[in-house]
Amino acid sequence: MSNTDALIKNLVEKHGNSRNNLMPILQGVVREERSLTEEAMLKVAEALDISSAEVYGTASFYTFLDTMPRGKNVIRICKTITCHMKGKDEIIEALEKELNINVGETTSDKKFTLLSANCLGWCHKGPVMLVNDDIYPELTVDKALEIVQEYAHNSK
Amino acid sequence: METAEAKNFKKVDIIFECQDCKPIEVLDTNLERKPDDIILDIIDSGLKGRGGAGFPTGLKWKFTKNETAEPKYVICNADEGEPGTFKDREILDRVPEKVFVGMALCGYSIGAKEGIIYLRGEYNFLLKDLNKKLEKFNKQLKDRNLDFSISIKSGSGAYICGEESALFESMEGKRGEPRNKPPYPTTEGYNFKPTVINNVETLVYTTMICNLGPDKFKELGTKDSRGSKVFSVSGDTPIAGIYELELGMSLSTFVEEFGDGDTKSVQVGGASGHCVPRKYFEDTIIGFEGIPTGGSMMIFNSTRSMYNVLHDYLEFFTEESCGQCTPCRVGCQQLLKGIEAVKRGERKPSYLDDLKKLASNMNLSAKCGLGQSVANPFNSIVDNFREEIIY
Ligand SMILES: Cc1cc2nc3c(=O)[nH]c(=O)nc-3n(C[C@H](O)[C@H](O)[C@H](O)COP(=O)(O)O)c2cc1C
Ligand code: SF4
Ligand code: FES
Repeated sequence: MSNTDALIKNLVEKHGNSRNNLMPILQGVVREERSLTEEAMLKVAEALDISSAEVYGTASFYTFLDTMPRGKNVIRICKTITCHMKGKDEIIEALEKELNINVGETTSDKKFTLLSANCLGWCHKGPVMLVNDDIYPELTVDKALEIVQEYAHNSK
Repeated sequence: METAEAKNFKKVDIIFECQDCKPIEVLDTNLERKPDDIILDIIDSGLKGRGGAGFPTGLKWKFTKNETAEPKYVICNADEGEPGTFKDREILDRVPEKVFVGMALCGYSIGAKEGIIYLRGEYNFLLKDLNKKLEKFNKQLKDRNLDFSISIKSGSGAYICGEESALFESMEGKRGEPRNKPPYPTTEGYNFKPTVINNVETLVYTTMICNLGPDKFKELGTKDSRGSKVFSVSGDTPIAGIYELELGMSLSTFVEEFGDGDTKSVQVGGASGHCVPRKYFEDTIIGFEGIPTGGSMMIFNSTRSMYNVLHDYLEFFTEESCGQCTPCRVGCQQLLKGIEAVKRGERKPSYLDDLKKLASNMNLSAKCGLGQSVANPFNSIVDNFREEIIY
């Protein structure tokens, strides 16, 4: 059994195999693997006894249920108005340069994916970014670079 | 018509107050009362939903209680995706027990056994702590022989899932596409069963009304807007943050307190709310008789381009539209393209009037609140800052 198969088996056991549990199962896969492969979606469909089109339909609706390959760490920088006013463009530029990719892309070593996101709920402390599930408010260019370097160091 | 009198600016401390209110004791005292009496108190308090739409909370509980279908559900809407809103996160972080108690009292009142918090995926970092506290709380309910328990379901980054029927679809493992209404959640909500869905802040107020009594709550606010409300203040202000204020103040007193001295306009109610220019500050009342708000107050000073503001909002709606109905899916895109074309001079300024008609049409024909409310920011910004959109 592949890693993904085992992961899905565990998640289905934990949450139950009813349709209502599709989201927590897909979220569980993304938490471990950062994105949903075709193979994973087929497996989930089989385990819940629903059509794979239903699984893909649900997955493709949600921004955080990525169906494109993603890096080990997913960075999402808020681009909505107050963070825009507080300088999210400079942060994005600095990270693009540091990681040598554009927003929407993944580094060649698969360590980072850089994305933008809509309002993250920290507008009084913008600019702000999520790295995986962790939040980093009140960013400056230096702070953002430091955080990303830390992740790079820890995911060797 | 009676003209509404604006209230003075007043800070209030009900939501985050922790000294005197032990949430679990509020539960204990109220479990000795009849469910109908609790519902009557909530109705009497005049509390209206704090998630944006402002439906009377007590009536929502009563309608759901009157339904015969089983099981019933209590859902806490913690999707908080409206740009400029961040108060629900703070409430769940600082006083989660008050939210839990509100849910349990609702469950007890309407006869539900299951409560679910729908937490936006962007707030996953709260999960660990919340689950730990819920474990303790559920045990406390068990000790009291109350047949009710609360769990959490997470969202995955879709603003539309804050809309109640889209939220139910999402909890059922589907695409977050809003349903037709009626039927309303009180008859067919989660799993098509009778459901009370309330905003995080609304639920805390129900706890506090059960603690303080409806009269104390009614002392605050106005006839149409009882009580206080938590505001998320951001943008060009030296004191951005979260403030609980009495409802019914004028926007000018608000700006006096929070503005930086150079305030040009305030977006009241987030991207889907209204933009109020300086000349209307005095006459605008913050409350259900004036401009209602889920709490988002974004302040812009004179250095800001209102074209950029509108452009950001339209980009937001274009991305977050679920795409289910044509007026919204195509309308959002055309509004965005439209103002870009006017800005570049490819369209005459009068094209803005056609776009305003389109926005108004969306208000009539879109299936849910997202598409319906795009006209709020669009028309209010275009009407008041036309030159900034054109030049
Ligand atoms: C597009 C859209 C997004 C919404 N987002 C939220 C939200 O994030 N949180 C919320 O409490 N209500 C939101 N609402 C309102 C809900 O549909 C619903 O009215 C509310 O949760 C009811 O709770 P209340 O009566 O306590 O306000 C949204 C509505 C629409 C149309
Ligand atoms: S109005 Fe927009 S968000 Fe609402 S159902 Fe239609 S397309 Fe979806
Ligand atoms: S605008 Fe960036 S967190 Fe709200």
